[in-house]
Amino acid sequence: MIDPPAHDVDAARAAALRFATLAQPDVAYTIAELPIGRVVLARTAQGLVRIAYADLNGTVDAIVEQLADRLSPRILEQPARFDDVRTELEEYFAGKRQQFSITLDWSLIRGRFGAAVLRATAAIPYGSVSTYGVVAAEAGNIAASRATGNALGNNPIPIVIPCHRVLRSGGGLGGYTGGLERKQALLELEGALSGGQLSLA
Amino acid sequence: MYSVTSDRPPFQRFLDRTRDDVWRFCVAAAGANNAEDCFQETYMAALRAYPKVRSGSNLHAWVLTIAHNKAMDIHRASARRPQTSGELPDIPVTDGHRDEDLWAQVRALPQKQSAAILLRYVADLPHKEVAAALGCSEEAARRSAFEGLQKLRTEVTR
Repeated sequence: MIDPPAHDVDAARAAALRFATLAQPDVAYTIAELPIGRVVLARTAQGLVRIAYADLNGTVDAIVEQLADRLSPRILEQPARFDDVRTELEEYFAGKRQQFSITLDWSLIRGRFGAAVLRATAAIPYGSVSTYGVVAAEAGNIAASRATGNALGNNPIPIVIPCHRVLRSGGGLGGYTGGLERKQALLELEGALSGGQLSLA
Repeated sequence: MYSVTSDRPPFQRFLDRTRDDVWRFCVAAAGANNAEDCFQETYMAALRAYPKVRSGSNLHAWVLTIAHNKAMDIHRASARRPQTSGELPDIPVTDGHRDEDLWAQVRALPQKQSAAILLRYVADLPHKEVAAALGCSEEAARRSAFEGLQKLRTEVTR
């Protein structure tokens, strides 16, 4: 018999890293640490496709597997491809950016109504808020408040598509897939909320 | 070791789980100096073909078969290149020198024997997968590996 050559684990890791840096996958992802927690960012050739709160979507592995299932198995970790997104998110959380200029890929948004809801949501300006009812009406179906809630809850690109700006009609915060503290933190950052109270413009 | 035969994992996971074996195979099959090219070309080809891999395929055997083909390409290319004299030897003098000597001898064997040994003993594929990679019968793959080992032994003891 014959023994295989010695394992050089470091050389293998370095070679894999060089490969991942130069390759052109269908989906690139990276992990980012934001003031409101760890997220997985993903983008395709079309644009930013996903921002997933790591703690609410299972593990990072589970998020990557979901992206592979729903977009393409040709997915690689490519931190260097997210410099622009990181910069804009940093500026946003420092209070220095009110609008994102990153191109979005809407392919994880399901259904015509879901897309209409998130388009209406994307139009709510920084620092102001809207309600489920108003967004449902703007999306073309004032009676579809449940479907509106679902579409907002399934927002694949939170923060950038500001579903945190949609509240309950009575003035309550409503829900947030990322957790209510995050919704509150984002609204406070934008000056729409202070001390848990809505600051009415 | 990655031997799941059911689903196709995200490519990054597949890379993480197979890279050690593929690197080791490239070092032995293409030589230390060509291992990087062999590795990069293997995964570039694997990434291109990945969506078309039938689910249920053995991905470990699949990627090592690609690595084998890339190592053969590198051999053919370097065989066509004229040998220039006066250059430093290809083989770096390190602690792995003797190891590298051995794999250089394996690479110098007749192609079928060399491939059978590399796929069986470095890639750790069963004879059945070796046969599939070489496009021959399991018996022929077994025989090639055996004859190659015998030849190596006589060369080593000579």
